[in-house]
Amino acid sequence: MLDDIAIRVRQNIGIVTAVLLFTVLYLLYNFAHPRGFSSAVLVQNGDEIFALAMLAMAQTVPVLASGLDLSVGAVMTMVGCFASYLLTGAADGTPLHLDIFGLQLGLGTFPGGVSGILLGIVVCLATGTLAGFINGCIVVYGRIQPIIATLATGAVYIGIALFLRPTPGGKIDEDLNWAMTNSLGDFAATVHIFDDGAASWFAPVAWIPVPFVLLILIALVVWVPFRRSVLGRAVYAVGSAEGAAYMSGLPIDRAKIAAFTLAGFFAGCGGLFLAIQTSSGNADIPQAGAYTLNSIASVVIGGTSLLGGTGSAIGSIFGAMVLRVISFFFRIFDIAPLLQPLFEGLILLAAVSIGALGVLRVKNTLELFR
Amino acid sequence: MTDAALTQSAFLTLSGISKRYAGVRALEGVDFACERGKIHAVLGENGAGKSTLIKIIAGVVQPDSGTMRLGGSEVSFATPSAANAAGVVCIFQELSLMPDLSVADNISIASPPRRFGLIDARAQRLRAEQLLAEIGCEDVNPLMRMRDLPLSRRQVVEIAKALGKKPQLLILDEATSALTSADVEKVYAMLARLKAEGVAILYISHRMHEVEALADRASVFRNGRHIETFDKGRRSTADIVQLMIGRDIAAQYPPKPAREAPKPMLDIENLSWDKRLDRISLRVGAGEIVGLGGLDGQGQKSLLLALFGVLRGVSGQVTVEGREVHPGSPAAAKSVGIALVPEDRKTEGLMLPMSIADNLVIASLDAISRGPLVDRARENEAIKRAIARLQIKIGAPGDAVSTLSGGNQQKVVLAKWLMTDPRIILLNDPTRGIDVGTKQELYRLMRELADQGAAILFYSTDYDELIGCCDRVAIMYDGRIVRELEGDELTETNIIASALNIDAATPDAAGAAHA
Repeated sequence: MLDDIAIRVRQNIGIVTAVLLFTVLYLLYNFAHPRGFSSAVLVQNGDEIFALAMLAMAQTVPVLASGLDLSVGAVMTMVGCFASYLLTGAADGTPLHLDIFGLQLGLGTFPGGVSGILLGIVVCLATGTLAGFINGCIVVYGRIQPIIATLATGAVYIGIALFLRPTPGGKIDEDLNWAMTNSLGDFAATVHIFDDGAASWFAPVAWIPVPFVLLILIALVVWVPFRRSVLGRAVYAVGSAEGAAYMSGLPIDRAKIAAFTLAGFFAGCGGLFLAIQTSSGNADIPQAGAYTLNSIASVVIGGTSLLGGTGSAIGSIFGAMVLRVISFFFRIFDIAPLLQPLFEGLILLAAVSIGALGVLRVKNTLELFR
Repeated sequence: MTDAALTQSAFLTLSGISKRYAGVRALEGVDFACERGKIHAVLGENGAGKSTLIKIIAGVVQPDSGTMRLGGSEVSFATPSAANAAGVVCIFQELSLMPDLSVADNISIASPPRRFGLIDARAQRLRAEQLLAEIGCEDVNPLMRMRDLPLSRRQVVEIAKALGKKPQLLILDEATSALTSADVEKVYAMLARLKAEGVAILYISHRMHEVEALADRASVFRNGRHIETFDKGRRSTADIVQLMIGRDIAAQYPPKPAREAPKPMLDIENLSWDKRLDRISLRVGAGEIVGLGGLDGQGQKSLLLALFGVLRGVSGQVTVEGREVHPGSPAAAKSVGIALVPEDRKTEGLMLPMSIADNLVIASLDAISRGPLVDRARENEAIKRAIARLQIKIGAPGDAVSTLSGGNQQKVVLAKWLMTDPRIILLNDPTRGIDVGTKQELYRLMRELADQGAAILFYSTDYDELIGCCDRVAIMYDGRIVRELEGDELTETNIIASALNIDAATPDAAGAAHA
């Protein structure tokens, strides 16, 4: 039994390191913060972490199958622009029309009210999922390297976002914004459940920020079952040794498509939240690029090998949180924000170096090049 | 037993199976059958067609012609999983395991136990424990990752994985090559149990004593043909060796000069590495071509890599012209005058997309440079000389080296190293996949280089070539040099007998034993 625990710790040393690093950094942050260990600080941090955590999860799945997805930031941005049209919450719905170089196309009215918002959320997530599915099909059936396929589709998705929102704008229902970006108590008060959040049994959990609950829910409901499915196993197998996976009769094409599709879904979740949080849609190209690169950094800090086969989306969540906490420090210690990339880079280098220690044990140096 | 009777009771029957790879014959009109409840050994030299045979049976490759019947009905397997579904399970020589997944994951990879549609980790682990216990290897923790297991344990897992597929026909391709002797005993016991349950077993092994101990029947293959099938005890070991030899193509080899004791050049003393090289001592004199023989994978390649500075943790002593050297990298080996023509010319020998000219000078850039800059005039001069010397057939020196034929590519690799003026030339199976004409040119060139004073260490899987080219041949088995053959001893019978590590019985003695 002890043996088993030791083995599991050794196999997940990357994740364990990320969790420890985050815990230490976050405790330090809270001790240094004048209002540390309060619900308000936690809520603010949750809002800042959520989108990157989702993108880190998104990036993890293709990386496990040894492919990079350079379109996760673009999918996030595109879904955010969709949301800024579909989640306005206007009582009589939102009229939609397309303006294609002067050609006006009416698309009817998107329903309003609560049912309209729920439908809008479904459409947004479906859009992200579809974008990921298209990535997967191009990689598998077009036999194009993931990095270049997603570079191209990423540009297309950004193009769609720019078409939808040439300038930042749009609107998100205010109640939705309030409910999703605050504590559970605020959520209950906004949607009128549990006596508007005043129920006595609810009080002990009312302080927990909604984004953290969402994060845990998505991890438990989507990631954990996927990891334990045959398809999820096949994703790991493809990343570990594609030839052996094929020889073992695994569905390797379906596994790769599933990996990119899931990435699209997670990126869609991130985009949806970012739009709700900012109450607008914005086709911000530098922001999309920064999120994509940070998602890769989060994956690496979270202990997932860029060669594929080992790691977990849970580790990547902690990787994302480590990256974000570093930026929190700049705020409270009043360090010049211009130094932030420097420190993020150093942390990334340190994390990667730990992963590269295995090289020292290789006895046939020719194996280093395989 | 006649062939007709054999076919009637057979579980698996192949008739008229042929297979070619890029024009090269791998199998030609093979008829073959095996029965339930019997262990059937398949014997043959390197390249006799054994691997192609089992790949066809296991659905890895498709035959060009011929039919295959399993349990009475005709079958053809498009994929390994189709073969598995029909009860045909193969334990491959090159392991089919995923290094980053756990032992339990790997064993149940094709059809894991499920609960509510998801993989049931607990049931999967129990299953792995049971299967490992069946072959007596409870010491493997199913949670361990394959990557972290030693080779012998990985092979055990491979066997457990195959058992878990409930085979009707089990194929073992050198499946015990990495096992410890204790494990081999356990695998034997397991095979006996399967045999009693009526499983048909095909057993491919280069270890003659294993075949003698296990097999009920054996089939010998040679040059892609099925030569003979016989029951246990009907043939002596010497007979079997004779059946395995028998080659029709005789290549032209340059004459070997008679020479006095050569000047010492390369002296190897007690070289050991990572359990795969075991106290190797060998001398190669200036002007000598010394062959490395034996079955594939007995440490010959590791020996060449160790001398070229690729391996870490090598112990022992290497002396070049009386000076002890410890090359820690290929660059260091190059600087003491060692050159290696590597195993895989496409990945280790050449930079395929780069030009012929670039490839030729890549190892000797310092000789044609002035300071940090490459001297174009000297470069062109050197390239012209190299192309002329080796008679490389090219369009223009600027063409990508990938446009050349295999033989000419190999010449480029060799020419690249000759430009460094090496004193010691290591050759790792340089004639593999090369046409006969180019082979002869390479043989001539080797002799020429030796005559100019180079020491050549030459590994080849082709025994004929070793006999024709080498002044002396060292036979390796299990990381050791088991025998050195020279002069009249240098015969195919002796090479094969030493390679199988059995006593080289003369045909007369074997005949007497047979009678």
